[in-house]
Amino acid sequence: MSGRRVLMLSLPATLFLLAAFVYPFLYGVFLSVTPRTGGPLGNYQAFFGDEFQRASIGNTFALALPAAILCVALAVPLAYAMRHGLRGGRVLTALLVVPVTLGPVFIADAMLFYFGPVGWFNRALEALHLAAAPIRVLHTYGAVLLAIMLTAFPFAFLLMLGYVSGIDPALERAAHTLGAGRWQTFRRVLLPLMAPGIATSFALTFVLAFGVFPSAVLLGEPGGSTRVLSIAAFQAAYEKFDFSAGSAIALVMGALQLAVIGLVFALRARLYAGPARGGKG
Amino acid sequence: MTGAPPQGAAQPAGPQGPAGARPGALELRGITKRYAGVTALDAFDLTVQPGEFITFLGPSGCGKTTALNCVSGLVGLTAGEIRLDDRRIDGVPPERRGFGMVFQNYALFPHLTAWQNVAFGLEVRRVSRDDARRRTEAALALVQLEQHAQKHPGQLSGGQQQRVAIARALVVEPRLLLMDEPLSNLDTKLRGELRTEIKRLHQRLGLTTIYVTHDQAEALSLSDRLVVMRNGRVEQIGTPAEVHAAPATAFVADFMGYRNLVPVDVVGVDGDVTEVRASGLTLRGTAVGALRAGAPAVAAVRPQDIVCRREGTGALRGRVDVVEFGGDTLAADIVLDGGQRFYAVTPGPLAPGDVVALEIPPARLLVYPVESASRP
Repeated sequence: MSGRRVLMLSLPATLFLLAAFVYPFLYGVFLSVTPRTGGPLGNYQAFFGDEFQRASIGNTFALALPAAILCVALAVPLAYAMRHGLRGGRVLTALLVVPVTLGPVFIADAMLFYFGPVGWFNRALEALHLAAAPIRVLHTYGAVLLAIMLTAFPFAFLLMLGYVSGIDPALERAAHTLGAGRWQTFRRVLLPLMAPGIATSFALTFVLAFGVFPSAVLLGEPGGSTRVLSIAAFQAAYEKFDFSAGSAIALVMGALQLAVIGLVFALRARLYAGPARGGKG
Repeated sequence: MTGAPPQGAAQPAGPQGPAGARPGALELRGITKRYAGVTALDAFDLTVQPGEFITFLGPSGCGKTTALNCVSGLVGLTAGEIRLDDRRIDGVPPERRGFGMVFQNYALFPHLTAWQNVAFGLEVRRVSRDDARRRTEAALALVQLEQHAQKHPGQLSGGQQQRVAIARALVVEPRLLLMDEPLSNLDTKLRGELRTEIKRLHQRLGLTTIYVTHDQAEALSLSDRLVVMRNGRVEQIGTPAEVHAAPATAFVADFMGYRNLVPVDVVGVDGDVTEVRASGLTLRGTAVGALRAGAPAVAAVRPQDIVCRREGTGALRGRVDVVEFGGDTLAADIVLDGGQRFYAVTPGPLAPGDVVALEIPPARLLVYPVESASRP
C-alpha cells in the first residue's frame, strides 16, 4: 500500500482522536494553567497545599489498589479452575460476566436496596437471628470497594481466562511427569506464563477503579473516606464552578494513573511474553 | 509386596533375573480405560524386561497413547494394575512415579531456557546446586546441545527442541522412559537422524523404554519388541523380525507393509499350504490361523516379495499400469489379465504398458481367515 493511501485510511481515526481526545486534553491543560488568581501553577499549589484536597489522592489509591489486586487475585485461581473443567463452569462464567452489562449506577442502586436497613440482606440476617440490629453496609469504604469489584472483576476474569486457556495443557503434564506437584506446576510453569496477563488485567482493573465516581458518591462517604479524586474534581468544577481548578485535579488524576500503568508495563516488559505453547503443533 | 509370579501376562517371563536385580521391570495386568462408555484400552497385559525397548504401534485411536498415559499416571485406570519392579504403582500420582516422558509437541516450558528446562526436574526434586549443574551439563552434552544451553525453545529448531525434551526426561535418571510419538512433528531427514540418536541413547543407557508411534519403520528399527494395537486391544506382540515376517492377523500385515491384500476363497488346505482363488486366478500361500475349504479369506503379500519378470511365462500375466521411481528399485502397479491389481517392487527396468509375469512365493503369501480382518 502506498504511503498516501495509508494516510487516507488513517484519516478518520486521526480526526476522531484529535476531536475527541487531543483537543479536549490540551484544552484541559490550558485551563488548568490559567487559574482565576495566581500564577500558572496556582491550581496545583492550591491542591497540594490543602490537606483535605490532598487526602483525595490517598483515598483513591486506597480503593483502586486493593480493588485491582483483589480482582486479579480472585480471577487467577478461578480461571485456573475453569481450565481444569469446573462443574457448572459455564453458568458461573455467565453469572460473573453479567455485571459487565450493568452500569455502575445500576449496580449502586441495586446495592442500595439490597444492603439497606430493610433490604434482603439485613432482613435475612434478622430472620436467622444472626444480627439484632441492621448492619451498616452502605455509605462505607467497603461498599464502594465491593461495587468497584463487581464492575471490574468480569474484565479481569475474562482477560485471565483468555490467557490461561492459551497455555498448552501438555506443559502441565510435562511438569507432572518431571516430578512437580500441582502447586509447583502452578508456581513454576503456569504463573510465569500468566504473568503478562496478570499485569494487563491489573492495569485494566486499576484504571477502572481509579476513575470511580458514581458508587463513591452513592454508596460511600463522599465527604470522608471515599472522597476520591474524581469527586474533588467534580466539586471544584460543578459546585464551585472553577473549571480551571477542576481541570488541574483531573490532570493530577491522569498523571498518577499514567505513572502506575507505566510502572506495571515496565515490569511486564521484563517478563517472558512469547507464546505459551511447548513447541510445534 | 511379595514376588508373586505374574498372572495372566501375555509374555513368558524370559531370561529375567531375580526381581529387583536390575530396575525397570514393568508389568501391566489387565489395564483397562473407559471414557464415558467408550473402551479406549481393553484388558491390556504386558511384561517388560529391564532395559527393554518396547513400542506400542497402531493407527490413531488404537489405544496406544492411552496405554502410555496409563503407565505415566496422567490417565487413571478403570481396571487392572501396573507393577514396577514388583511394586504396585497404579495409585501413585505421575509426579511421584519418577518416569521421564517425551511428548509429540515437545512440551518444553517456553519461558525457560534449554538449560532451565533440563534442570527443571532436578530443581523440583531439590537436588543440590552443584549436583544439578553437573547433571544438567551432562544431559545437554548427551544430546549435543551444550552450545545452545542459554537459548529459549522459540530460538531452537524442532529437532533441537525435541533433543532438549529428551535431555529433560533423561536428567532425572528415570526408572522408565516414555516417549509419545516424539518424531512425528519432525521432517523426514531429521526424523531419521533423531531416530538413530534415540537408539544410540538406549544402547548406551539401557533404560527401559516405552515408545508410541504409528510409523512401522520407526517401530521396527527401534524396538526390542513391539505391541501392535487396534481398537484398544493387542493384535500381536513380538520382536520386529517376528512381526515383520509373520504378522499374526491381516490387520497387522496391512500395517507392516503387506500392501497387497486380496479377498480370496479358500480352495483347499494341506497342512500350512493353502490354495486360494480370486477373480480368475489361483494362488498358493501359507495359512496363518484356521482355514477351511470354501471359506472367505484374505491373502497378503508385500510388494518386495513379488517377483516380476518382463519376459516370462507364468499363470500370473498382466500389464504395468503405473511405475514409481524409488531410487534403487522401481515400484509398479500391475493389472493382471483377470483384473486383479498387485503392487510390486522390482529392480526394473519397467515402463507403463509392459507385459509382465508375476511370481509369488507361497511362503510369502500369507492367508488369513476373514474374521481376523473384519473383527470390529
